[in-house]
Amino acid sequence: MSDDSSTPAPSAGTSQSDVKWRRVVDASTRWPVIAFVVSGTFWLVVGSLLALIASFKFQFPDWWTQQAWLTFGRVRPAHLNTMIYGWISMAGVGVSAWLWARLLKTKLRGRGLLLLSAALWNVGVLVGTIGILAGYSRAIEWVEMPYAAFAFIVPAMGLLVVSFIRTLWHRHARHLYISVWYLGAAILWGPLLVVAILLPIYSGVPEATANWWYAHNILGLWITPPGLAAAYYLIPKVIGRPVHSYHLSYLGFWTLALFYNWAGVHHLVGGPAPQWVATVSIVFSAMMIIPVIVVAVNHHLTVVGHFKKLKYSPTLRFVVFGAMSYTAVSLQGSLQSFRYWQEVTHFTHYTIAHSHLGVYAFATMIAFGAIYYIMPRVTNWEWGSKRLVSLHFWTTGLGIGAYFTALTIGGVIQGFQMLDPDVAFLQIVEDTRPWLVVRSVSGTLMTVGHLVFAYLLAKIVVQSGERPDGPTYFHPVPAGTFEHVGGDGARSVPSGPAEESAS
Amino acid sequence: MTRIALIFLGAFAAIAMSFTALTLLPRLQLSTVEPTPGTADYTYSEQLGREVYQQEGCMYCHSQQVRPEGFGSDVARGWGPRGSRPGDYVYDDTHQLGTMRTGPDLHDIASRQPSRDWHLAHLYQPRSVSPGSVMPAYPYLFEVKKESSVMASETTVPISPEYAPPGDSVVVATERALALYDYLMTLELEPMDREASN
Repeated sequence: MSDDSSTPAPSAGTSQSDVKWRRVVDASTRWPVIAFVVSGTFWLVVGSLLALIASFKFQFPDWWTQQAWLTFGRVRPAHLNTMIYGWISMAGVGVSAWLWARLLKTKLRGRGLLLLSAALWNVGVLVGTIGILAGYSRAIEWVEMPYAAFAFIVPAMGLLVVSFIRTLWHRHARHLYISVWYLGAAILWGPLLVVAILLPIYSGVPEATANWWYAHNILGLWITPPGLAAAYYLIPKVIGRPVHSYHLSYLGFWTLALFYNWAGVHHLVGGPAPQWVATVSIVFSAMMIIPVIVVAVNHHLTVVGHFKKLKYSPTLRFVVFGAMSYTAVSLQGSLQSFRYWQEVTHFTHYTIAHSHLGVYAFATMIAFGAIYYIMPRVTNWEWGSKRLVSLHFWTTGLGIGAYFTALTIGGVIQGFQMLDPDVAFLQIVEDTRPWLVVRSVSGTLMTVGHLVFAYLLAKIVVQSGERPDGPTYFHPVPAGTFEHVGGDGARSVPSGPAEESAS
Repeated sequence: MTRIALIFLGAFAAIAMSFTALTLLPRLQLSTVEPTPGTADYTYSEQLGREVYQQEGCMYCHSQQVRPEGFGSDVARGWGPRGSRPGDYVYDDTHQLGTMRTGPDLHDIASRQPSRDWHLAHLYQPRSVSPGSVMPAYPYLFEVKKESSVMASETTVPISPEYAPPGDSVVVATERALALYDYLMTLELEPMDREASN
């Protein structure tokens, strides 16, 4: 609401009754959140190991070649599918379920349905991953898992929708915060996208346009909205000031809804698809600059003046890292759709770097940050070790930084070399190798971070040992820094909402 | 309630529009496209080979779309006589256009490299014919057996001494390897008049 207030607005949020409803609401989300977040993290670890196998094969192409299921062309899509449908989808649902109940100020409904959904979802991803490795890939990028896997995942999504609608129906909140908009739209978009791409009506070149319409949208309309919703909630919440401009956030939502879903077919620029399809996509990719700037203004200007808080709060550090990456990846995406830059970067590792900037540096880092905030509230326990949280941050942060930098540079070199017909192809292969070594090393670093995170998560879920002191900060916090929210991890202290920003 | 309805309806309308425009319209527009000269439906063996191609994920390193002259250097590199056209794909029921060129484009591989011995040796051990390649080897598409037990109907693959199996063993291609070769030989672009149908 207010654009310039740096002090937390006084509101009803500090009353005792407020603390009480939050506890009740948080408690209602407990098992669904744990089920989805823990499952997601399991797939994160599986997906990381698959990624490492795939990456190291470029250094050792004759390693593990006797077994068909370990060949690069199977391990790579298995990695992508476990990460997209296992890790980030399930973690995203866990985070969304908690946000949904909190923001609607009511208990999460259909908790049994959500637990069933998590079970079906896991079976689906398991069937899909084994299916790809066993040679039953559908061989359509981003939807490689066989139909049998989607036979579990689509009903799982359906149960999710039922639970979310029922919760919405019983809401006590009068005002619908912008995060609710994003989450509500995503639970509509996600199932529609998956059903649309599974229709058996595509072949040839139109199948390729449908493919990239889908693949880009599953990122933009299913994975991105929970990430933005979490950032919109957590940045103001932890910092203790309202979103920079609440009105702008409406503009950001509608422009994303209208523009994003047209952008995907820029993957086919210069290909055999009708020219107008690619042109339309380029135009909308460029128009995506509007929602991106809006979101950037809201997320980054809210943080301005409070950067020192990044030193202490794990949630804030991960989420701000993710929000900055969102700005970067989106602007890069707009730029990348232009014909000149497509001509250079298409078909190179640059694209791989770009997709990891989106799914990892943005969506995954925000998911980590959100989970650091949410888990203490739903488990009534604290994170076991601030040093391990710090290790998790630095391994993943530096890991994705090195990964992105190496593949971006390597990809651009690869692209320019490919444009020059006098450079022999095997020379390009040779020159790309060092960058792929960096990928393997940074992937290893990220995997270490994921194992640390999985360990911390296991400890907080089973409430092992003595209850650690909380909330968890990287460093001792000067008095007054986070008092408005009662800190990252504490539930017992009243957490006053930053007015309109998040309640 | 009205605001919620607005959000859901707006979100639905947005996705319905782009779905129609980006998937249904191209399908309609290209539904009457004629196969380009030289493009034919797949035989049993070619179809089997295509399944091997999909199963082993060749697409993740090899595209099947030659960019036209003036956009990229595909034609200058000898990857095809012309850019790929929708008519080249009419029988492709799972498209394999691909988005990555860790290896070269394959849409015209049959003109560039028609040798069966080369392809089979390359699949068995890429580095035996293409030093410096990072392509995976696919030994599981082959059998190594005693020369004396090879039947007349079987296809023996000549492998350079450095990578050949020891002693009197030889490399024999399985049905799947031969089918994959058959499929690769369907990937051929015939030159066309620039003005010809899209």
